[in-house]
Amino acid sequence: MQVPAPFEYARATSVQDALELLERHGPESHVIAGGHSLLPMMKLRLARPEWLIDINDLAELRHITEDAGVLRVGALTRHAALLGSDVVGRLFPIVHDAEKVIADPVVRNRGTIGGSLGQADPAEDLTTVCDVLRAQVVIVGPAGERVVDVAEFHRGPYETACEQNELITEVRFPIRTGSASAYEKVERRVGDWAVAAAGAAVQLGDDGTIADAAIGLTALGLEGLATDAAAVLVGQRPSEDLIAEAARLAAEASSPVEDQRGPVDYKRHLADELTRRVLRRALERVGATATAA
Amino acid sequence: MQVTMTVNGTEVTRDVEPRLLLVHFLRETLGLTGTHWGCDTSNCGTCVVLVDGEPVKSCTALAAMTDGHEVRTVEGLAQGAAGGGTLDPVQQGFMEEHGLQCGFCTPGMMLTARALLDREPDPDEATIREAISGQICRCTGYATIVRSIQWAAAHPAAAPTEQEVVA
Amino acid sequence: MTTVQERSPMPQEREPNPALTDPSRPIGFGRVQRKEDPRFVRGKGRYLDDVVLPGMLHGAVLRSPMAHARLVSIDTTEALAHPKVHAVITGKDLEGLNLAWAPTLSADVQAVLATDKVRFQGQEVAFVVAEDRYSARDALELIDVEYEELPVVIDARRALDPGAAVIRDDKEGQTDNHIFDWEAGDKAETDAVFARADVVVRQEVVYPRVHPAPMETCGAIADYDPIDGKLTLYETTQAPHAHRTLYAMVAGIPEHKIRVIAGDIGGGFGNKVGIYPGYVCAIVGSIVTGKPVKWVEDRSENLMSTSFARDYIMKGEVAATRDGKILAVRTHVLADHGAFNATAQPTKYPAGFFSIFTGSYDLEAAHCSVTGVYTNKAPGGVAYACSFRVTEAVYLVERMVDVLAQELEMDPAELRLANFIRPEQFPYKNKTGWEYDSGDYEPALRMCMEQIGYADLRREQAEKRARGELMGIGVSFFTETVGAGPRKHMDIVGLGMNDGAEVRVHPTGKAVVRISVQTQGQGHETTFAQIVGEELGIPTEDIEVVHGDTDQTPFGLGTYGSRSTPVSGGAVALAARKVREKAKAIAAAMLETRPEDLEWEKGRFYVKGDPSAAKTISEIALGAHGTVELPEGVDGNLDAEVTYDPPNLTFPFGAYICVVDVDPGTGKVKVRRFVAVDDCGTRINPMIVEGQIHGGLADGVGMALMEFIGFDEQGNCLGGSFMDYLIPTAMEVPDWETGYTVTPSPHHPIGAKGIGESATVGSPPAVVNAVVDALAPFGVTHLDMPCTPARVWAAMQGRPTPPI
Repeated sequence: MQVPAPFEYARATSVQDALELLERHGPESHVIAGGHSLLPMMKLRLARPEWLIDINDLAELRHITEDAGVLRVGALTRHAALLGSDVVGRLFPIVHDAEKVIADPVVRNRGTIGGSLGQADPAEDLTTVCDVLRAQVVIVGPAGERVVDVAEFHRGPYETACEQNELITEVRFPIRTGSASAYEKVERRVGDWAVAAAGAAVQLGDDGTIADAAIGLTALGLEGLATDAAAVLVGQRPSEDLIAEAARLAAEASSPVEDQRGPVDYKRHLADELTRRVLRRALERVGATATAA
Repeated sequence: MQVTMTVNGTEVTRDVEPRLLLVHFLRETLGLTGTHWGCDTSNCGTCVVLVDGEPVKSCTALAAMTDGHEVRTVEGLAQGAAGGGTLDPVQQGFMEEHGLQCGFCTPGMMLTARALLDREPDPDEATIREAISGQICRCTGYATIVRSIQWAAAHPAAAPTEQEVVA
Repeated sequence: MTTVQERSPMPQEREPNPALTDPSRPIGFGRVQRKEDPRFVRGKGRYLDDVVLPGMLHGAVLRSPMAHARLVSIDTTEALAHPKVHAVITGKDLEGLNLAWAPTLSADVQAVLATDKVRFQGQEVAFVVAEDRYSARDALELIDVEYEELPVVIDARRALDPGAAVIRDDKEGQTDNHIFDWEAGDKAETDAVFARADVVVRQEVVYPRVHPAPMETCGAIADYDPIDGKLTLYETTQAPHAHRTLYAMVAGIPEHKIRVIAGDIGGGFGNKVGIYPGYVCAIVGSIVTGKPVKWVEDRSENLMSTSFARDYIMKGEVAATRDGKILAVRTHVLADHGAFNATAQPTKYPAGFFSIFTGSYDLEAAHCSVTGVYTNKAPGGVAYACSFRVTEAVYLVERMVDVLAQELEMDPAELRLANFIRPEQFPYKNKTGWEYDSGDYEPALRMCMEQIGYADLRREQAEKRARGELMGIGVSFFTETVGAGPRKHMDIVGLGMNDGAEVRVHPTGKAVVRISVQTQGQGHETTFAQIVGEELGIPTEDIEVVHGDTDQTPFGLGTYGSRSTPVSGGAVALAARKVREKAKAIAAAMLETRPEDLEWEKGRFYVKGDPSAAKTISEIALGAHGTVELPEGVDGNLDAEVTYDPPNLTFPFGAYICVVDVDPGTGKVKVRRFVAVDDCGTRINPMIVEGQIHGGLADGVGMALMEFIGFDEQGNCLGGSFMDYLIPTAMEVPDWETGYTVTPSPHHPIGAKGIGESATVGSPPAVVNAVVDALAPFGVTHLDMPCTPARVWAAMQGRPTPPI
């Protein structure tokens, strides 16, 4: 069996303690939470931290709180807890859509939202979800706390705004009235990373037009949101033609690469197909009926 | 470093390397070889144990991280396990419905089943399949595992079968 | 359908048979719980990695990151300096012991540790022995190997190109990558039939490289005792006796000084037939350090270096009349054997039993030719429940029959029914020389069609097609070829494919049966007890089955190719019958009558016409070991030993129908239903039989939809972990529906044919045929496995491509 190289281990007792431990043990120290991204990399010896700072005891990072127009989710919240949360499902059905297809139920018992975002794998589902919901990430470091938009948080594959000596503590989702969201993923098998996935959120105005929209893609080579695709929706009444146009633009914005999961043309097709599906479902959920094409 | 945890109801304290995986702590440090391992990437679920009542892949957890927690392995499923004891309905279900062949994935499957039934005493087939979807069985094709768990759900306080008594 | 077997007529009046009155003590055939389960459900199985010997050290293998490279240098200095390292072994060290190369099961040699070149990614280069497994792994990083990269041969189609790199330049006289050409059937006769046929369909059909991937990986613990020169070897092996003999031949340790112990095995499926370099390294490690050495591979090592399966590129052709009479089949196969020819198969069959590709049909002619080639990939080829390449054969013919059905616009089930070998034709000699022992095919397919509601499904499909929905119904009918085999035709490295069994009834009437075959989950401890129970009337729980230890069991070739029940089961039944004959003589002495005046009923002999004058098997056992005056020529025990040489193979068969739904927008395939009707002759324990079928059906869904070991152009293995080598979970397979018919084997002592691999053989074409059927509106006539969403979508766009 593959085993990690030697390292030292410390368990943080508070956020402050975690920051001090990271500071004390320097650049080769690394935070561990669920461990389902980090430990496999360590077993392959592709990651070799000298110190692991275990933050699993930080109960203050494990919360789901509805609070003045914002849903605050602690960074240590497990996937299973997100999936089990009624409030999450009610406010952001996209999170439940995504959580159902993230890894498998046992892994979801350990993996955390902070870990997923921090890993920033291009095929990671919650990143797209957070993009689409225009979430904010709270980062705490030696200089104190800062709140960054998720668009700013992500700096590319496996790169984020969270520095080595910092800690993601919370993800904040703005609650918007008259909105709904959806996520759909194509995977080769349950538990696999996405071949491709799409997420969408829509907000409906009082007049029945789309007041706001966001479309994100997973594993399709798009950083951030498909802004052009979303823009065509805004101010329009939902229709199949409109959805098709947005999906076409989303596919255009994608730049997938060929790998074992599929060739470029298939993935670009999925960008289109899945965008249609999530837009339809999000609109359905918000109570809009798209007129047939 | 020193770790202390409760394993199958008994508190144990051992000196370990920080990098020791939980699966090796159980198998090698404690000699509880009923927990197996089948991959290195947390895909197969052969190594599943319960930590604080929830299924966890012990190949992707450190013994150090489990310090202070409660672990339950297959050896802790039967009551009064020292002498074999009274089987958990899940164990009995697996025998009744041929839920195992080579037996390698079986401990993990049974522990996930136990956790599922503790949470949801009468799950439907889809729920059972979903619950075990992080675990691979190469022998059974899963249908008999599903039936085994359904058997356990239908016999929550199963007594040993006649065959079990004489076995 | 025929009855299970003839049974002794029941006497009109009789005393209750004491052995048969307790329903909690089942005897003989029938559904009983498995004897092995109580330990498994308690976590008390004893698998290889559970074994800990005093002072045991741990080994780890350093593997090549390259597919083809010259070995320039290996520096082990730093690894040897690691405080917990006891030894580092390289190919050079093994050369000194004449162990750097070992013979394969196919008359080739394979490098134990590379000396000259590495020939596939993952090949063994060095072996570290350390105090614990973590240190052994650490030390691997301290070995410095310099490689000089060489051009690779990855595409088997290019392996014989002039100018292709010669992989096996270690073999004298080898100037290309050709291994063998082999053929079966009459070429001229077949060509003549093709020339006059109304219709000929052709299709290249690829059975891609897959892997058995049992949940327990392979491993060994070698414990060499330098004082008495005895080697005790714990192994994950499906063939302990064959291994013992091979080690004696290879390592020069006398065979009586080698003991191979196979404990509980966490699945095998053919992955644990061969001898892997790691095993030999563990032995050398133990000899060198004087301590037991354990080596267990990780999952990547398992997938990248141990026996793969399939990798056949088959050009199939079928000749038929316009009205649907299949006349002949013809194929040429390009077989990718990897870097060393290490397939495990009977010597005379370099392509295994592939020539059974005539399937279940009555043909006028057939011809196949197979060319084996070397490539820069891991060796192996015969594994994953393949019945010596019957998987490939059945997949080819069942795919081709569907191609023909599409061409003729005939229903695929009707086309099969019209071409089956008819029951009165058995024993049936096919056009490539096999004699099918028994069969009655039509009832099995009809039962399957009825059970799934075939006509209704076709109606539903038509309605869905009209709405643009994609639903497919796939039919497959297979004839298996198992139970190898008759020693005049079949051996592996010179060892005849027979198996021994020994039955002993102890004085109190409890029995022990010792067998040579090796369970990996098939339930031998139960099934073989049931065979003895059926023959001797002893309750299953009173019979202990001993296996997995060469010091404790008679010689035999082991468990693979569904041979345990056909071969070893025959041996056990005949040994039990020998015991029964002996018991009859002793009972006659005890009852003061002649043996011919005794009648047998399960568990006892009684005097004809006087059922109260009886002796149970327990009483006879006590008599045999006691003071009864024994008849002339009968010694004082109830023991017998038999080595069984089967007169022929057995030919189980089955009809499978699969229903799939394909998402037209994503290409994702969902298996909605699967009905399997199997006929394996006599069913000893229907529960176990059913379990074997279920497992094979999941294999079929796996191979058809997702399992695949691919390579990139540099020869990097792309299926080297469970993140990429995908095996179905409970979510991808349906709740299996099964049925059965019983057509006993006429030549087998209990009429049993074997069931272990039927479903793995028969199910892939059912799934693929269903997918192709679903895609028929797009003009798709063929799609190679695995039918992943991307590949299905490409087929819908008119671009179906082979995976290799």
